[in-house]
Amino acid sequence: MANMRTMSFDAVIVGGGGSGMRAALQLSQSGYKTAVITKVFPTRSHTVSAQGGITCAIASDDPNDQWQWHMYDTIKGSDYIGDQEAIEYMCQTGPEAIFELEHMGLPFSRTEEGRIYQRPFGGQSKDFGNGGQAARTCAAADRTGHALLHTLYQGNLKSETTFLNEWYAVDIVKNEDNAVVGVVAIDIETGETVYVKSKATVFATGGAGRIYASTTNAHICTGDGVGMALRAGFPVQDIEMWQFHPTGIHGAGTLVTEGCRGEGGYLINKDGERFMERYAPNAKDLAGRDVVARSMVLEILEGRGCGPDGDHVYLKLDHLGEETLNAKLPGILELSRTFAHADPVVEPIPVVPTCHYMMGGIPTNVDGQALTIDAEGNDQVIEGFYACGEAACVSVHGANRLGGNSLLDLVVFGRASGMFIEKQLREGINLKDASEADIERAMTGLNRINNSSDGEQASVLRAELQTIMQNYFGVFRRGDFMKQGIEKLNALRPRIENVALDDKSNAFNTARIEALELQNLFATAEATAIAAEGRTESRGAHAREDFQERDDENWLCHSVYFPGSKTLGKRGVNFNLKTREAFEPKIRTY
Amino acid sequence: MLNVSIYRYNPEVDSEPYMQDYQVDTQGKDVMVLDVLEKLKVEDPSLSFRRSCREGVCGSDGLNISGKNGLACITPLSSAVKGNKLVIRPLPGLPVIRDLVIDMSQFYAQYEKIQPYMINNSPAPAIERLQSPEERAKLDGLYECILCACCSTACPSFWWNPEKFIGPSGLLQAYRFLADSRDTATEERLANLDDPFSVFRCHGIMNCVQVCPKGLNPTKAIGHIRNMLVRSAT
Amino acid sequence: MITTVTSLGRSGLSDWLVQRVSAFVMTAYLVFIVGYLIANPDLNYSQWATLNSSLPMRMFSLLTMVSIAAHAWIGMWCVLTDYITERLIGPKATAIRIFFQLGMIAVTMLYVIWAIDILWGI
Repeated sequence: MANMRTMSFDAVIVGGGGSGMRAALQLSQSGYKTAVITKVFPTRSHTVSAQGGITCAIASDDPNDQWQWHMYDTIKGSDYIGDQEAIEYMCQTGPEAIFELEHMGLPFSRTEEGRIYQRPFGGQSKDFGNGGQAARTCAAADRTGHALLHTLYQGNLKSETTFLNEWYAVDIVKNEDNAVVGVVAIDIETGETVYVKSKATVFATGGAGRIYASTTNAHICTGDGVGMALRAGFPVQDIEMWQFHPTGIHGAGTLVTEGCRGEGGYLINKDGERFMERYAPNAKDLAGRDVVARSMVLEILEGRGCGPDGDHVYLKLDHLGEETLNAKLPGILELSRTFAHADPVVEPIPVVPTCHYMMGGIPTNVDGQALTIDAEGNDQVIEGFYACGEAACVSVHGANRLGGNSLLDLVVFGRASGMFIEKQLREGINLKDASEADIERAMTGLNRINNSSDGEQASVLRAELQTIMQNYFGVFRRGDFMKQGIEKLNALRPRIENVALDDKSNAFNTARIEALELQNLFATAEATAIAAEGRTESRGAHAREDFQERDDENWLCHSVYFPGSKTLGKRGVNFNLKTREAFEPKIRTY
Repeated sequence: MLNVSIYRYNPEVDSEPYMQDYQVDTQGKDVMVLDVLEKLKVEDPSLSFRRSCREGVCGSDGLNISGKNGLACITPLSSAVKGNKLVIRPLPGLPVIRDLVIDMSQFYAQYEKIQPYMINNSPAPAIERLQSPEERAKLDGLYECILCACCSTACPSFWWNPEKFIGPSGLLQAYRFLADSRDTATEERLANLDDPFSVFRCHGIMNCVQVCPKGLNPTKAIGHIRNMLVRSAT
Repeated sequence: MITTVTSLGRSGLSDWLVQRVSAFVMTAYLVFIVGYLIANPDLNYSQWATLNSSLPMRMFSLLTMVSIAAHAWIGMWCVLTDYITERLIGPKATAIRIFFQLGMIAVTMLYVIWAIDILWGI
């Protein structure tokens, strides 16, 4: 590839969403030559769709709030496979990270005292579950993700980060030591392929909700980081853990924030019954998302669903009054009127559990360093490779993420990765240069697609993949079904590898990008399928009909999927809290 | 069957742009324009357009739909189809890269020009900077901008002087920071806007208000900026 | 690329204010003249000449004339820099625009001098 251009940076961040831009901000503010590769203009990243807020104990709503209570909620919410050290770091550092964002201009909603407005979200408690519902989610109306993403982009403009906008990272470049030394990327506008060389490569590529047919995720959430990591032979962790958000708009899949229930909205079945009172007598509609989603599916399966097909339930908001709805949930009014043709001021919104968030991802430590597991089962840092945000599994969400913790994860660990890389750059990073063969290896997938001569259309194959995942790996899972699903995936694999690219032109060829994304979707889906079939218990978002109980004896651990052998291993959960003794697993009720 | 006419141009193949006609079966449903485009892309993968969130918050799919700028993902066919025909063109006034994809660099350059970030050099407190709900309310109708460019590319003044007139979107953002009680660079910001083009090329045509998919009002924000300029000069 | 060299005022704000103030003056003048004509249906030449030879009226007329000149100049400068640009009509635009602008200056000056001549020549 003598004719391929090389661009060199101190740090390259792949992904221009919340975590990527927070990491980039940290590095460019320190004066390091930092580039963000992003396949869409940064403010079009999926962080923009986050609505309800960012959970953090800033003690605005309750002056006595403590980050330790937030830590307890998060650990309980994770069904005890969240790494406690990482959760402790996130909850303790959170306030600092939030105040930084506020100082950068994030337009948070305000209390009468002029402080940041906080609203109640699911799974939040005071005094380690003993003090009732807490209101801990910092909000900018119901557009918090939008406000956060734009603020971060603005901060990066100020600190003069280099943006490679509408560039698509194709694959990881590894050197002879198996260290990551950058990526091969396509400039989508011109079609030029470039080796983007870096001393530190950060994957902040977000989730992969598009492996499911029904998802709240944007079209761009195709698991590119997970796919690239798997192709490079690196493992992923807890990838069977997919959160189904209770309230996606029926039919359209668009998200209706948990903040609706935080503000006092609740779910009803066709009889008008507030059914969550039966499933979670204390927290009711603000139980963990996994609990609420499963309860909704049970209502529907038992014939109490709403609508002509009885395939959804209603989210009731009209009792909150027009004024509150306009002030607190203006975006939801807009979305519901557009996509559900229902005006929440006078009628309920039809909702159904919808794929929302990937709890699993590239395993990392608290500093964002990506990890692999050696033959003896010990963690090994992958040199030059970092991950943060939804693409990473640090793991603060374990088997179930609490609402509002995603945005916090983004900024805290984007920031932490940035700070750690900054320190490493100061001390000096020396990685061997990639050889031409190393770079050529990263071109394999792209070359195959560019040389395709027959095969099927990406859109057709993608739809098939999404249907398989939806049908066999949804809210409720069963071993024999999942085995069938895996067989179907096996049959689909060669067809996806042989995807057609009829149009080989260079200028803004979105067909080429979609063919590449399809490979990442498939890699993520396959890992999900194998991990889901392998975890023989029910925990958090992973609910099995054939193993209905949580099995702490065998599965109080992370699952680790190895792409080379396509096998599932285990990795211990971190119980090492610095500030107190660990929280021991308890039965999780709300 | 719905008749759809789409602007096509691939610089590697076509010497000039042309309109391509398609027929789409929407089964009589009132779907969004983006759904129609997605359907067409299945049949003709060479059709290029931008899209991401499909719920009107990311601002990717600003297009000229039957003559009016808007977001394809939240524009239902019922409001866009005239006489069983849907006409889709790229946003006007900026260079076309391919099909419905435009080169937005000029638009972004104007956004960057207004220093779209908080400036406050006083030492930050240990917690957040306090702001009353009333002060915060002044940012409503401003911060929600999604940078889709529907407004600026509907503005004749922006068509005529895209290098010098900041355009409705950039000016809305300029006012977002002028209006923020936490920002201290008001004078500097106003000084940067006081030339004959940046703000004053707005002739109050108000196309921006008519097309904004988020229901924002850039003309009003521009009026506020003008008033601030007048006050600062007297 | 259009520069602001040929702009009349020092800033966009002053141009904008001049437009508003001059518009006000022109409106006031128009209202006064129309009002005067209505109030004096049997107007004869000597009355008209007396009105226009008084110093305040001469100053008012001159102010209006200057306002028209400034208003027209700023307005036409805007129109010319909107339409006669390289973006719209190609590389010759600057030369053509300067030709028109010089023409505007000449015509405007001519009208102002002519007006002074008329006002003080009465």
